[in-house]
Amino acid sequence: MSPILIAEQVLNGLQFGVMLFLMAAGLTLIFGVMGLINLAHGSLYMVGAFAAAAVAGLTGSFLLALIAALAAAAIAGALVEIVVIRRLYARDHLDQVLATFALILIFSEGTRWIFGSFPLFLDIPGWLSGPVTLPGGIAYPLYRLVLIGAGLAVAAGLGLLISRTRIGIQIRAGENDREMIAALGVDISKLYTIVFALGAALAGLAGALVGAIQSVQVAMGEPVLILAFVVIVIGGIGSIRGALVGALLVGLTDTLGGIFLPELFKLFLDPATATAVGASLASMAIYILMGAVLIWRPTGLFGAPA
Amino acid sequence: MSRETILNALLVAGLVALPLGAHLAGEPFTVTLATRAVILALAAVGLNIALGLGGLVSLGHAAFFGVGGYAMGILASHAQSYVPLMEAPFLIEGTKSMPVIWLVAVVASALAALLIGMLSLRTSGVYFIMITLAFGQMLYYFAIGWAPYGGEDGLPIYVRNGFPGLNTLVPIQFYALCLVVLLLALALHAVIARSPFGLALDAARQVPERVRAVGLNPTRLKLAAFTLSGAITGLSGALFADLNRFVSPTMLSWQMSGEIMVLVILGGTGRLFGPVVGAAVFVALDHHLGGLTEFWQVWLGVILLAVVLFARGGLIGLIAGERRTDA
Repeated sequence: MSPILIAEQVLNGLQFGVMLFLMAAGLTLIFGVMGLINLAHGSLYMVGAFAAAAVAGLTGSFLLALIAALAAAAIAGALVEIVVIRRLYARDHLDQVLATFALILIFSEGTRWIFGSFPLFLDIPGWLSGPVTLPGGIAYPLYRLVLIGAGLAVAAGLGLLISRTRIGIQIRAGENDREMIAALGVDISKLYTIVFALGAALAGLAGALVGAIQSVQVAMGEPVLILAFVVIVIGGIGSIRGALVGALLVGLTDTLGGIFLPELFKLFLDPATATAVGASLASMAIYILMGAVLIWRPTGLFGAPA
Repeated sequence: MSRETILNALLVAGLVALPLGAHLAGEPFTVTLATRAVILALAAVGLNIALGLGGLVSLGHAAFFGVGGYAMGILASHAQSYVPLMEAPFLIEGTKSMPVIWLVAVVASALAALLIGMLSLRTSGVYFIMITLAFGQMLYYFAIGWAPYGGEDGLPIYVRNGFPGLNTLVPIQFYALCLVVLLLALALHAVIARSPFGLALDAARQVPERVRAVGLNPTRLKLAAFTLSGAITGLSGALFADLNRFVSPTMLSWQMSGEIMVLVILGGTGRLFGPVVGAAVFVALDHHLGGLTEFWQVWLGVILLAVVLFARGGLIGLIAGERRTDA
């Protein structure tokens, strides 16, 4: 196993991790501020990907497609918040789970209705395709490198937004004491709509960016949603920093586990058995990681102690 | 008698009369639909013990449904190929006998529920929901990668397994068997709800601090409920696999977990017959709306949203009124 292969896999893991972060950040923000568990977050990821594929198909411009993804997901998020979600803040988690599960059914089947069952394709634009050579002679796809950069830039931007801006102050205040900031004259229901739309836009962006390296299809969001839950459980609910660390851990564990576990088992098992055992263990690796974190620290790495 | 008791009696009468009528009218397909509803109701009765009695919002019950299904699939596939499961240190052969398969399904899914419950119950609230969902997904991916038992394609079983004294290939006989199991599970639920264990569990759901103050361990009570709940859902998984003569990772998917939960809520959380009403309505909608439009799940979503937002006691709540708080 060459160092180049290992470096490539680490980059793949990072790329997967930062995309998970875009999903997990929105989820954890929505939970932290509004106390809402949103299963339909994966649908917003799908909305972003479909909007991007549709606009790219019409105009041929990748940048316009990304803008469309952000706008479509943010608008869908704001609409859903106003029509359904705001009736759920005072309800228990069970009602939230069911209502957002119902939203998944409506979004998924509605998208199938409009776009059909066949996957759409979103092409990587010419100026971002092809490999680049990194120091050490590693040839790596430019687009994936851009994904890592874009994800980290969004993470930094989100950090600045939360810590430095007026809206960030309101978000942090909303996490601590929502009655108090309402009493201080902040329009809390407008703030909630903004936070929900922001989370939705992040999910839509992730959907569009990942849509260019996978196919764009109905129900593409839910596997990512569940991984984002694993990220949040590991990182701690409500913590953006936890989401970033958790996402990178999950991304690296999943990617590296798939490559190295079969190799590891080949040291003491015959190759066929080693590949089978290693592959099935690798598919479980992130959940084992989650279990270990739960035993060690039930509220996650950066979560407030219960 | 309260309105709910009368409603429950009517439901039992309907469960006996409708499929029997369909059988006499020579409509075996309707009997098979009813069997599907009864088996799904059993899965939901299992979840209702965790959710309704224990207040545990588990979004991972497909895991136990699937473990039960795979217990059936593995045993029956070894029996049909005459290859033993293992030869050393002692011989274990496959079987086509339902009672043996049920026992294995119940034990295996109870063990899975015990392990998952032990980890998940270290947390509560929204963490619990996400963790049960994640562990369900873990088993789903494991089954997809499990090549010896079909992997992604699943595992077909050619002939339905047998039950002593019955011909399970006759739809009405298999239906009767499933109905008896469902009624036994409902009776168990009713007994548990009134037992000291059920009362303590109810208290642990509402005020865990007080339960701890009287010297009981709320986590252990919840774990017991979760394990029992998983075992019943596992049994329904074995029956479901026998109905379709097919097991696949779909039984373990998160959508399945969501559906089982929908059955409970549609009928009415914590209501004894909630799962029965939910499953009957779900199967009827699936059949009738599914025949009208390919996209019937959009309408299922709308109905579900309406139930959650406007009819919080589920369908039983609509008919029989709010749940008595002393029940």
